[in-house]
Amino acid sequence: MPPTNSCPRRAPSHSSTTSTRSIASYTAPYQANAVSVLQSNVDTSSDEFRENERLMGEAMARLEKLTRAAQAGGSAKAREKHIARKKMLPRDRVTALIDPGTTFMELSPLAGHELYPEADVPAGAIITGVGVVEGVTCVIVANDSTVKGGTYYPITVKKHLRAQEVAKENKLPCIYLVDSGGANLPHQSDVFPDREHFGRIFYNQARMSSQGIPQISVVMGLCTAGGAYVPAMSDENIIVEKQGHIFLAGPPLVKAATGEEVSAEELGGGTLHTSVSGVSDYLAVDDAHAIVLARRCISNLNWPHKVSPPVDSYASPLYPESELLGLASTNLRKPFPIHEVIARIVDGSHFSEFKRDFGTTLVTGFAQIYGHKVGIVANNGILFGSSAQKGAHFIELCAQRGIPLVFLQNISGFMVGAQAEREGIAKHGAKLVTAVACAEVPKFTVVVGGSYGAGNYGMCGRAYSPRFLWMWPNARIGVMGSEQLANVMQTVGQKADPELRDRIERESDAVFSSARLWDDGVIPPQHTRRYLGLGLRASMGGKNEIKPGDTKFGVFRM
Amino acid sequence: MRSIKPRHLRRRAFPRHITTSVTAQPQITPITSLLIANRGEIALRINKTANRLGIRTTTLYTDPDASSQHAACSPHSISLGAANGYLDGERIVRLTKQHGIQALHPGYGFLSENSVFARRCEEEGIVFVGPPAQAMADMGDKARSKEIMNKAGVPCVPGYHGSDQGEMELLNHAKNIKFPVLLKSVKGGGGKGMRIVMEEEEFIQQLKSARAEARASFGEGGEVMLVEKYIVRPRHVEVQVFADKHGNCVALGERDCSVQRRHQKILEESPAPNLDDVTRLDLWEKARTAALAVGYVGAGTVEFILDKDSGEFYFMEMNTRLQVEHPVSEMVTGTDLVEWQFRVAAGEKLPLTQREIMERIQERGAAIEARIYAENPERGFLPDSGKLVHLATPKTDDDVRIDAGFVEGDTVTEAYDGMIAKLIVRGDDRETAIRKMELALRNYEVVGLSTNIEFLKRLCKSPAFIEGDVETGFIEKWKAELFDPVAVNPEVYVQAALGTLAMSPAAIELPHGGSLGFGRNDVERTFSFKSLDVLSEKEGEVVEVSITQKDNQLFDAKITRKGEETQFITNIVPSPTSAPGKATLSTLFPDTRIDTTVVQDANNDNKITIFQHGGKTELSLLSPTWYEKALGLKEATASVVAPMPCKILKNEVNEGDRVVKGTPLVV
Repeated sequence: MPPTNSCPRRAPSHSSTTSTRSIASYTAPYQANAVSVLQSNVDTSSDEFRENERLMGEAMARLEKLTRAAQAGGSAKAREKHIARKKMLPRDRVTALIDPGTTFMELSPLAGHELYPEADVPAGAIITGVGVVEGVTCVIVANDSTVKGGTYYPITVKKHLRAQEVAKENKLPCIYLVDSGGANLPHQSDVFPDREHFGRIFYNQARMSSQGIPQISVVMGLCTAGGAYVPAMSDENIIVEKQGHIFLAGPPLVKAATGEEVSAEELGGGTLHTSVSGVSDYLAVDDAHAIVLARRCISNLNWPHKVSPPVDSYASPLYPESELLGLASTNLRKPFPIHEVIARIVDGSHFSEFKRDFGTTLVTGFAQIYGHKVGIVANNGILFGSSAQKGAHFIELCAQRGIPLVFLQNISGFMVGAQAEREGIAKHGAKLVTAVACAEVPKFTVVVGGSYGAGNYGMCGRAYSPRFLWMWPNARIGVMGSEQLANVMQTVGQKADPELRDRIERESDAVFSSARLWDDGVIPPQHTRRYLGLGLRASMGGKNEIKPGDTKFGVFRM
Repeated sequence: MRSIKPRHLRRRAFPRHITTSVTAQPQITPITSLLIANRGEIALRINKTANRLGIRTTTLYTDPDASSQHAACSPHSISLGAANGYLDGERIVRLTKQHGIQALHPGYGFLSENSVFARRCEEEGIVFVGPPAQAMADMGDKARSKEIMNKAGVPCVPGYHGSDQGEMELLNHAKNIKFPVLLKSVKGGGGKGMRIVMEEEEFIQQLKSARAEARASFGEGGEVMLVEKYIVRPRHVEVQVFADKHGNCVALGERDCSVQRRHQKILEESPAPNLDDVTRLDLWEKARTAALAVGYVGAGTVEFILDKDSGEFYFMEMNTRLQVEHPVSEMVTGTDLVEWQFRVAAGEKLPLTQREIMERIQERGAAIEARIYAENPERGFLPDSGKLVHLATPKTDDDVRIDAGFVEGDTVTEAYDGMIAKLIVRGDDRETAIRKMELALRNYEVVGLSTNIEFLKRLCKSPAFIEGDVETGFIEKWKAELFDPVAVNPEVYVQAALGTLAMSPAAIELPHGGSLGFGRNDVERTFSFKSLDVLSEKEGEVVEVSITQKDNQLFDAKITRKGEETQFITNIVPSPTSAPGKATLSTLFPDTRIDTTVVQDANNDNKITIFQHGGKTELSLLSPTWYEKALGLKEATASVVAPMPCKILKNEVNEGDRVVKGTPLVV
């Protein structure tokens, strides 16, 4: 203090300011973001990690082999015959159809695997998936006529209908590359009569067309009987001359019915349909030309183009995605830390965890995938009442805000036992199931481990209509584990059946599931982020609009 | 005005000697406004200097040139209508008067050596930036110019054109001229009745044979022969001269323009290689004598023919204009000759003395100019025209200069000369200049029309040229070497395919482009290219390239050529940047990085042009199988197409006629 106190009040007030306001009122964004960064504690040199990696490697090798075999299509002879007719192989057709540099997201390539004892039906004799054509994300359905003439087995119908469901839910234009002999006659009872059988294809076409989802067909081969309705029910169709044929009955049947002798080309060839009958709109000289015309059709859809989040607006995960292979265990009894999985899927490994310390067996929180905001619901152990309530709460948040949901399933079920029941695990579980069932936002499910019992429901199993559902090679699905199931059967008085356990074990396998289309495919764990990214683009782009607060929930039992 | 001028000059390039002589001649009228009566690069080049000197310019354009660069470079531009408008002297004189323009620069070609036009300008009081009409007329008349030169002591090609037609008399004349000689009928033409006589012994016999042939070809009087000196290995050497209105004349060095095709120069250089200083100085001296003999003023070029075997040189003619190749002299003397033209026209004295010029030439080494033509050297230098779809030029600096009249997107019309640009390079010595020229040419990329750039590169690498072993028959002599086909590396095809792929308009957004799922999820696309290399026997060969995308910007390639083993290149990482029809790739191949530009010219036979490692490869992207049938193109592809713009004189056949191979169809 100066000896002459000329300004007595200023000095004290100044010193009091510095002493009391010590908290910064500015936080840099990177400091703020630090609270969301997931830390990884994985030891990639540990025995456990290496063992996991080895076992996952075996599972992956098996899938690689099976998938390659399925992708080859029909027999070498059938393929040679196909090429000799100057026809493109169905996969080449798809390649030519999609934009260069884009990735075709194939659905269920293992459909039909070991499904029919009498026949091999690679990929279910039909290739389906989501691809980009002229910048428009479309669903592509291509018959593989090198497999049993492209006829529809029950699994073929199921796969075709599933592709249409994907198109309908995500509002994606459909392109059908038709080259099929129609229903597989020996299997007609499983193909023709029921609600989800052949007829549903055309029902879907009509309904989708009515909803403004374009239906485009390219007739590159046979289109007989019911099959004739695929192009006929389409908004626009293209036919390849001297190769594509559309008729309700082929020449042999016509001869049998009316005695009339007529060639296939006269009866239902491209020239006839484009110039006389008007069944077709554009005549192509060959497959490649037809594909160019199909692309032109898509370019004229006047389809809205939504700008995706720019590449520089998001970062890759901080940790290598390949480490997922050593994280996931093929032994589902061993729990694995789901935060580590999330950290290898979401942008920048940033995760805004919701209720981190409550109901910890279910992990919930917000993140971004390729710049798209998502809500993540992931299992980290068995579901308790508290975890189920937290899950329901979080799903409500996402539904309210219009944020898509990503479920990472690794669940053996809800907690059982006297205490759990007394606490009302059933009503808490019901809350989660209600929330999942009613949420009107795109949902995506990845089964990263087990998918057992009611856990499957609460975690958006197939029955809860996720837009896409994928499984990791180690994943298993069933009402319960094979061992428990065998034990239960024994306890309820059945004679011990040594084969039961093995059969259940086999039927819980991811490949078994995929062959029956309980999922949209078994995927390499390190591609999970890409699949989710492509799925999000399909469900958020084009004509899709997610309005916050669209969801109406049912009664939550309190 | 006059008081400002000398000070202004002092600040320019030549401060020292101007002050000593400027007082003597007060008759200086600076040029303030100028009509540039030319087109293309020379109009732009004149405009550049005029702008620097503060001269207001007006340009002219014809209908095909309406949107050309030269018409756009000046604040005023006047239309001349049809394509031949640049030759309409009366109209140009009228326009100059009408717009009150003080001076006119004729450039080269068109009216630049038309003495009638020069005289009309003089009459109308327009300052013609060029020599006096009389000097132009004197030099324009071959016979008269030779007369004047002989009188002035400038050597002309010796010959006898007289009436002594006896065999022995002619032989004596031939002996005077010295063998070898050329015998020619006075009515001659097309080589008929023409004989080269190498030695005295065969003279009489050859004379008889020539006379017999000439009489048969030209009839009575055909047997009248003239005898001229025959030069077996001639060189074209010319001297750049400059004279002012005060009777001074300097030589700005010589240029060798021996490398020619179809009597048009391709490469010009200064100093002339393999020339001793005595001859060099003698050439300069004779050139100045020639100019002074006709009272020349301004820029001119005295052309000599130099006998490689004897070292003798003879006056050929004088070009009374600024020549196309004048930048070569500018580079070796460090001058701006257009500026000199304006100064001399204004009445100023020459800015440099002969001694100063000589010193500069000694300091500045060598310069070389390459003319870039729209033509097809591989097809006998057939002229070409068309749109410059892609144009990339080497970086210019003090030693690398480009005088061009076109930019990318312009059209080179067949209405005018097909010279696209001039590339001029200076080096400390001749070899350095040639190397720098070759490097610059490697960065010169043109797509849309054929050019001689590849040919020029080969010239620059020719050992004979590097040694300076030049003569007018150079290209003919080294034909085999200059048109040797180049083998195309597989990487060129890969880059062509990757570049074509990168040009597709779809914007790729992540996670697109990456691999996905199990099994074969990569996408293979096959490109079929057809070789358009006319030199190679593989012209028309189809090369198939299959590109497999394995991940985002990670590819494998398979190259299939007929009769060759299929080649595989794996893990190729391109980083493309693309614009419509164009892609630039910097690609990491397993063992090297390759930078490539790929340009698509869809309107021109689906042509894909690849510039890589300083070389150009032209391919055609084959049409898909359905193309012809779906588009009904069958007839068009089987029809006969004219190789260049021409006029049909006569149809030899009618519709429905059957013809055999070799039957003429049209004339």
